Amino acid sequence: MAGLSGRMSTVFKAKVSKLLDRTEDPGETLEYGYQKQIELLQNVKKGIADVVTSKKRIQMQSQKLEQQVVKLDTQARQALSQGKEELARTALERKTVAQSELQSLDQQVTELESQQAQLTEKEKVMRQKIEAFRTKKEVIKAQYSAAEAQVKISEAASGVGEEMADLGLAMQRAEEKTENMRARASAVDELEQAGAFDDITQLGPGQDDIDRELAELSSGSQVDDELSKMKAELGSGGGESPALEEGSREQQA
Amino acid sequence: MIVRISGDRQFELPDADAERLNVLDNQAVEAVEAGDEARFSELWHEMLDLVGADGRAIDGDELVESDVILPPRDVTFEEARGEFTGEGLIPD
Repeated sequence: MAGLSGRMSTVFKAKVSKLLDRTEDPGETLEYGYQKQIELLQNVKKGIADVVTSKKRIQMQSQKLEQQVVKLDTQARQALSQGKEELARTALERKTVAQSELQSLDQQVTELESQQAQLTEKEKVMRQKIEAFRTKKEVIKAQYSAAEAQVKISEAASGVGEEMADLGLAMQRAEEKTENMRARASAVDELEQAGAFDDITQLGPGQDDIDRELAELSSGSQVDDELSKMKAELGSGGGESPALEEGSREQQA
Repeated sequence: MIVRISGDRQFELPDADAERLNVLDNQAVEAVEAGDEARFSELWHEMLDLVGADGRAIDGDELVESDVILPPRDVTFEEARGEFTGEGLIPD
């Protein structure tokens, strides 16, 4: 092919060839290795299952965080209506951290969904190619001389081999992604265990470290903005605010 | 010309597209080297659009080898930076 020296395509072609070299002759595998084919397709199924497991875990984390966001927002309002501005600020700081984690989790779920769809589609194509190879091989054997048939069969086998190698590449990539996400998910778990998203009613002594870290993590200005917005909302009732304060006094009593 | 998008499928393109694809490919690598993510993304989508517009998707039961293998559709700038800078695996 004339003039094909694009560097991205060269790199990818080389990657696929390298994987192809590592696999056995796809013609042999397909002709004699029924067991090998089953193994190959089972590996893909396992790869897809791994992606689904990671996705479910992240979705569960995401649901938990969503609940925390709602809870912390409510608590911030309550705290503010009771005139406890510092407590409201802490709740909003936690909410900001939870929200930014939530955003990144949602993005990860989307990515994993696309990996899942990609692998599922590739598994389907792989099955088709294996079947096509079987059929084609018989036809070629019947129609060509032994020498010609060998060439044609090996050409067809290269086509299947490339598909196998590319499937291998797609699986590697999916694995790397899920591994990264697993690490990320563990980090969120750790944050959670450290109390980063806890509701503020659970605030006790000795939480100063977490509070300081949170204050650093969440951008101060965003919290300030939200705090003043909340204040405005709460104050907008005008005549109602004394009643609120009275209510809060009752609650405190 | 047979073009594969890695992780996706193969397409048959008119041979006349080879040069255009090649120019875009090399420009995309230049954008990666220059750290220009926006330009890279623009060129990469132009390549995908070219394959999508001119290419005929190859059926699952056709057994052919590709002349060109492109990165996965959702290749990130980070991945590109890791893989395509310098001379690549095989120098021009």
